Amino acid sequence: MTGEVQTNLQIGEDGNGRFNVRGFPWWLVAIIGFLIMMFLLIMTNPDYNRAFNFIKGDFGGIEGLQDSGIAGFIGTGIAITIYTTLIAFAVALVIGLLAGLGRVSTNVFVRNIAITYIEFIRGVPTLVLIFTVAYVIVPPVSEMLGFSGQSISNNSRGIIALSIIYGAFLAEVFRAGIESVPLGQTEAARSLGLNGRQAMRHVVLPQAIRNVLPALGNDFIAMLKDSSLISVLAVRDITQMARLHAGSTFRFRESYLVLTFLYLSMTIALSLFLRWYEKRLRQNAR
Amino acid sequence: MHDNSSDGVQTRPGHVLGDDIIVIKNIYKVFGNVMAVCGFSLNVRQGEVVVVVGPSGSGKSTVLRCINHLEVPTEGAIYVDGIHLEDEKTNINAVRAEVGMVFQQFNLFGHLSVLENITLAQRLVRKRTTQEAERVAMEQLERVGIPEKARAFPRQLSGGQQQRVAIARSLAMNPKIMLFDEPTSALDPEMIKEVLDVMLDLARGGMTMVVVTHEMGFARSAADRVVFMDQGCVVETASPRTLFNDPQHERTKLFLSKIISH
Repeated sequence: MTGEVQTNLQIGEDGNGRFNVRGFPWWLVAIIGFLIMMFLLIMTNPDYNRAFNFIKGDFGGIEGLQDSGIAGFIGTGIAITIYTTLIAFAVALVIGLLAGLGRVSTNVFVRNIAITYIEFIRGVPTLVLIFTVAYVIVPPVSEMLGFSGQSISNNSRGIIALSIIYGAFLAEVFRAGIESVPLGQTEAARSLGLNGRQAMRHVVLPQAIRNVLPALGNDFIAMLKDSSLISVLAVRDITQMARLHAGSTFRFRESYLVLTFLYLSMTIALSLFLRWYEKRLRQNAR
Repeated sequence: MHDNSSDGVQTRPGHVLGDDIIVIKNIYKVFGNVMAVCGFSLNVRQGEVVVVVGPSGSGKSTVLRCINHLEVPTEGAIYVDGIHLEDEKTNINAVRAEVGMVFQQFNLFGHLSVLENITLAQRLVRKRTTQEAERVAMEQLERVGIPEKARAFPRQLSGGQQQRVAIARSLAMNPKIMLFDEPTSALDPEMIKEVLDVMLDLARGGMTMVVVTHEMGFARSAADRVVFMDQGCVVETASPRTLFNDPQHERTKLFLSKIISH
């Protein structure tokens, strides 16, 4: 889902210890250069500084978060973005695993339920789904479960929407992972007397999950970016804070450059970690 | 040569269902529009070693896979230890626990150590404690000659070692029958012997074995009977001496001349 840059991160040296101009990650230098420039602007320029402090959310935010230590440190806006992503991704992992298992089930009914869910979600734009889930699906379902639709905050609705959307994408990731494990593994497990469920749980899934860890990481980054969409529900994440700041001060350049800076520093850090991790996985596989 | 008391090949009386640990009755297997097995029958007695040979695509592996229900015959019936496999009421997992299978590609579980590979099914299916399962696993690893590899992972082992672990993994379940599906075909030549030695040992120990292989040397020294298959059918069944030295059918002669001439 993310447009990954396909470069290997070798730190500018070839095997002989010579400086390798072609292999050097110039792209990373450029991006870090941008990040440093933004950092300096925020530290020195009062307009950027004001935008930064507003967006990271010293002002306002959702109830209960202002007081907590971590939000006080990094700001409620950033806290909302991060915790929305973390919770929605955790729920999406569970939904995705179940739907992925359903997708490869031999049971016709279960399989079709899973495919319906996946194809439905994949056929509708994320933004549209966020509106639909938040305003059309959540209220009646929560009434059915016995509590008023009003009692569910917009942030929670956003998290529910992102979980449902990413559950469908992760289901396909898990399906691909399960299918990447050779059939012989299942056959060996079954021929030892394990039943289908035991073979899946103890033999296929552990290997499938290991195979899809990098893909899951990419989807985590994608979700961090898509969490910006819940700003349309007036949730005060960093995107919404940037819109508010731009709207009230007309400092569009400062607001959106700072917003860009915030997302990019998070995604680049994650992406570098992922590259390192993938490289380590490849080395271990040898 | 091994002296399993089985000249009984030719003199064997017509047998009843209960006598034989494996009874295959006239099975057919169709894949799409290909008839992989057409009318295959075989009875295997307890302790007998049957080697199935034949050109590739002759249906040998399919027959073997039918014996532990990895393939379901399109028609016909298979009884293992008196249990009808194709009966819907049969608990196939219980039958499979008694039937060990060794694959061409080893199929060790890559995410588990050698020891864990061998203990997994013991714990889940045989309900042994971890301690008991590990004791059995080490016994079997001693038997196949690589106890020092217990903590290694499959990818750190040679092909021959992996296949021996796979054999140990099956044996740890104390199966009544062992099935071998071309166990040496994926191995480098210098590793074939270490695997065949383990199998030969097993045959001499009285294990009931059905082996699909191209190793004619193994067939000669270990088999009580050799079945020659071609195009999904049994062409000829005989003791190894008879089949290799005095084949009755043209197709058998042709096949043997192709593989033994060099």
